[in-house]
Amino acid sequence: MKMKIKNGRLSPYTKNSIISYGIVIIAFVVVSVLNGMGLVSSTLQGQLVPICAYIIMAVSLNLVVGISGELSLGHAGFMSAGAFTAIVVSGMLEASDMPVIARFAIAVVCGAIVAGVLGFLIGIPVLRLRGDYLAIVTLAFGEIIKNIMNIVYAGVDSHGFHLRANPDLGLEESGRMLLNGPMGATAVQRLSTFTAGFVLVLITLFVVQNIMNSKQGRAIMACRDNRIAAESIGLNVMKYKLMAFTVSAALAGMGGALFGLNFSTLLPIKFNFNTSVLILVFVVLGGLGNIWGSIIAATILTVLPEVLRQFADYRMLAYAIVLILVMIFTYSPKIKNFTQNFMENTFRKKDKKPEAEGGAAV
Amino acid sequence: MSIKFKKDDVIQNTVYDVYENYDESKSTVEDIILPERDKDKDPILDIRGLGIDFGGLTAVDEFTIAIGRTEIAGIIGPNGAGKTTIFNLLTKVYQPTRGTFLFDGKDTSGMTTTQISKMGIARTFQNIRLFDKLTVEENVKAAMHEEVNYGLASGIFHGPKYRKQEKAAHERALELLSIFDMQDLADYQASSLPYGAQRRLEIVRALATNPKVLLLDEPAAGMNPSETAELMNNIRKIRDTFGIAILLIEHDMSLVMNVCEGIAVLNFGRIIAKGTPEEIQNNPAVIEAYLGKKKEAK
Ligand SMILES: Nc1ncnc2c1ncn2[C@@H]1O[C@H](COP(=O)(O)OP(=O)(O)OP(=O)(O)O)[C@@H](O)[C@H]1O
Ligand SMILES: [Mg+2]
Repeated sequence: MKMKIKNGRLSPYTKNSIISYGIVIIAFVVVSVLNGMGLVSSTLQGQLVPICAYIIMAVSLNLVVGISGELSLGHAGFMSAGAFTAIVVSGMLEASDMPVIARFAIAVVCGAIVAGVLGFLIGIPVLRLRGDYLAIVTLAFGEIIKNIMNIVYAGVDSHGFHLRANPDLGLEESGRMLLNGPMGATAVQRLSTFTAGFVLVLITLFVVQNIMNSKQGRAIMACRDNRIAAESIGLNVMKYKLMAFTVSAALAGMGGALFGLNFSTLLPIKFNFNTSVLILVFVVLGGLGNIWGSIIAATILTVLPEVLRQFADYRMLAYAIVLILVMIFTYSPKIKNFTQNFMENTFRKKDKKPEAEGGAAV
Repeated sequence: MSIKFKKDDVIQNTVYDVYENYDESKSTVEDIILPERDKDKDPILDIRGLGIDFGGLTAVDEFTIAIGRTEIAGIIGPNGAGKTTIFNLLTKVYQPTRGTFLFDGKDTSGMTTTQISKMGIARTFQNIRLFDKLTVEENVKAAMHEEVNYGLASGIFHGPKYRKQEKAAHERALELLSIFDMQDLADYQASSLPYGAQRRLEIVRALATNPKVLLLDEPAAGMNPSETAELMNNIRKIRDTFGIAILLIEHDMSLVMNVCEGIAVLNFGRIIAKGTPEEIQNNPAVIEAYLGKKKEAK
C-alpha cells in the first residue's frame, strides 16, 4: 500500500490557502517596507500594480483551466471588458465629488459584473464544447471582444453617456471622450495603487480558495476528474462548468479594472491572444490547480522581461529560454521526485515554513 | 421456473459451454421473479424489452426483468454479453433503441443520467471511476449535493449555513465510510487507495446519493477471497440497513449464488435463463458449469 502521509491535521486546501495568503501578505509587507526605505527601483515600482493584476488573472484562469479542467484561450477578453468598463465608469464619476476609493471600488465592481455577465453569456454556448474545440472558440471570443473594443467610442457630457460604433458622438464642448476606438482610452485617471492591488489579490484568493473548499468546488472538480461519474451521482456538469467560467470571468474583469486604471492610456490591442497565452503560461507553469504556484509564476514572469532588458534585442529569446528551462525543470519526473522528496524532508525537519520560502521568490 | 439448457447435455466444464450449447428455440423466460417479501409491492425496477444496437451490433435485446424493492439480484454472463451495457441503459449513459423501464412505476423514457440519479438509481463502474484528485471524504461528499444545498454565496463566504451543512456532511460521510471500515482513509487522495478500497469507495459514493436502487458492476473484481467474503456480508448489510434494491453484475459465482435472490443469465445480449440461485444451481449442467468456471476463472 502506497499512501501519502499527511502532515498534521490540516486539510490540503487549508494548507494551500495558508501558503497563498502567506506569500501575498509577506510579499506585500516586504515590498512596502523596502519601498519605504527607497530600495525599490522605479521600474519595479511601475510593475507592482501589473503584477497584482496578472496574479488575479492567473488565479482566476486557474479556476477554469486547473480546477474546472477546461482549456480557455480568451481570458484577456474578460480582462479587456473589465478594464474598459472600469475606465468608462470612473471617467463618468470623475465629475462627482466622490472619494477616490469609492470611485475606484465602484469602477472595479462594474468591471467585474460586466465581465462576469459576458462570461456567463459566452459560457452557455461555448461550454458545450470540449478540449481543443473549447480552446479554439474561447480564443475566437477573446478576439471578438478585442475587435469590438476597437470600434467602440464612448464619451460623456452634460447630457449623459454616449456610446457609438463611430467617432462622431456629437459631444458638447465640455464633454470628454472616454473610449476612442483603436486608440483606446486616453487621459485615464490613474486610480490603482499597490495597496488596492494587494486587496484585490486577497479578494481573488478568498473567492477561489473558498470555492475550492465548498460544495461547488467539489462538484466542479468532480466534473473535471470524471464527467461520467459526476453525472452518475446527479451533478449537472454544465451548471458547474458555467459557474467556474462565470466566476473566473468576473474575477478577470476585476483584474482588468485594476490594470486599466493603472495607466493613463490603454489600447484595446493590449488584450490580444498573446496576453491570453501569457496568462495561460502563468497557470501551467505554476501548476494546474495550484493557486500559490500561479501567484509565483505570474510574479516572476511579469518581472522577468524587465530584468532581461539588459539583453536588449535578445530579451524575448532569453525569456523563451528561461520558460523552456523552467518547464523542463518542473515537469521532468526525476526532478519532480527530487523536489517532492526535498520538500517532504524539509517540511518534516523544520516544522513547515513554506510561506517564507515563497515570499523570498516574489 | 425451468432452466433453459438442453435436457440431455452431458456434463460440461465451463459456463461458456452452457452458453454455447444453449438452444434458443426452447427459451421460455418468465417475466417477474420477486422475493416473497417484495411480492405484494410493485417492483422498484420494471424493465420491459430493453434493447440497444451499436451500428450493426445488437448489444442488448429483449431484456425484461423486474426487481423487488429490497431484492438483491444478479446478472451473469460471459465477457461481452452486454451486462455493463444494461447498466449504461439503466443510468441513461445510452438511450435505448427499444423498450423502456419503469422506476417506481414511472416511465423513464427520455430521461438523462442526472435525472435518473435524482430519482434514486446509483451505480458503480466496472473500470473504476473515482474523482481521483479529490480525497476519499470529498468523493463521498460530492455525491451528497442534494442535502448539502447551500448556494454559491455561502460557498464563497462560508457563513453559518455552510458550516452547519458541511459539518453534517462530514459526519454523514464518515458514517457511510464506516460501513466498509474506511473512515480512517477519509483524508487520503482517492487515487492513492489500493484497488479493493477504490471499489468500496465507489459503493460508498453511490450510497451517498440516497438511492433506492444500487447497481454494482463487478464489485468483487480484483478482490481476494477474504475481501470477497467480506463484501458479501457488506452487500447484505447495505440492503438491510438502507432497505434498498441491489442489482449486481459479477463473474464470481460464489458471490452471486450466495447473495443474489434472483439471477438473470445473459448471452449475446439476450436473457437465456432467469431464476433463483437454487433453480439455477439445481440444474446439473449449471452446477457443473459454475463449479468448473469458479475454479478455472480464478
Ligand atoms: N459504446 C459502444 N459502442 C459500440 N459497441 C459497444 C459499446 N458499448 C458496448 N459495446 C459492445 O457491446 C457488447 C457488450 O458489452 P458490455 O460491456 O456490455 O459487456 P459485458 O457483459 O459487460 O462484458 P464484461 O464481462 O467483459 O464486462 C460488446 O460486444 C461491446 O463491444
Ligand atoms: Mg462489463
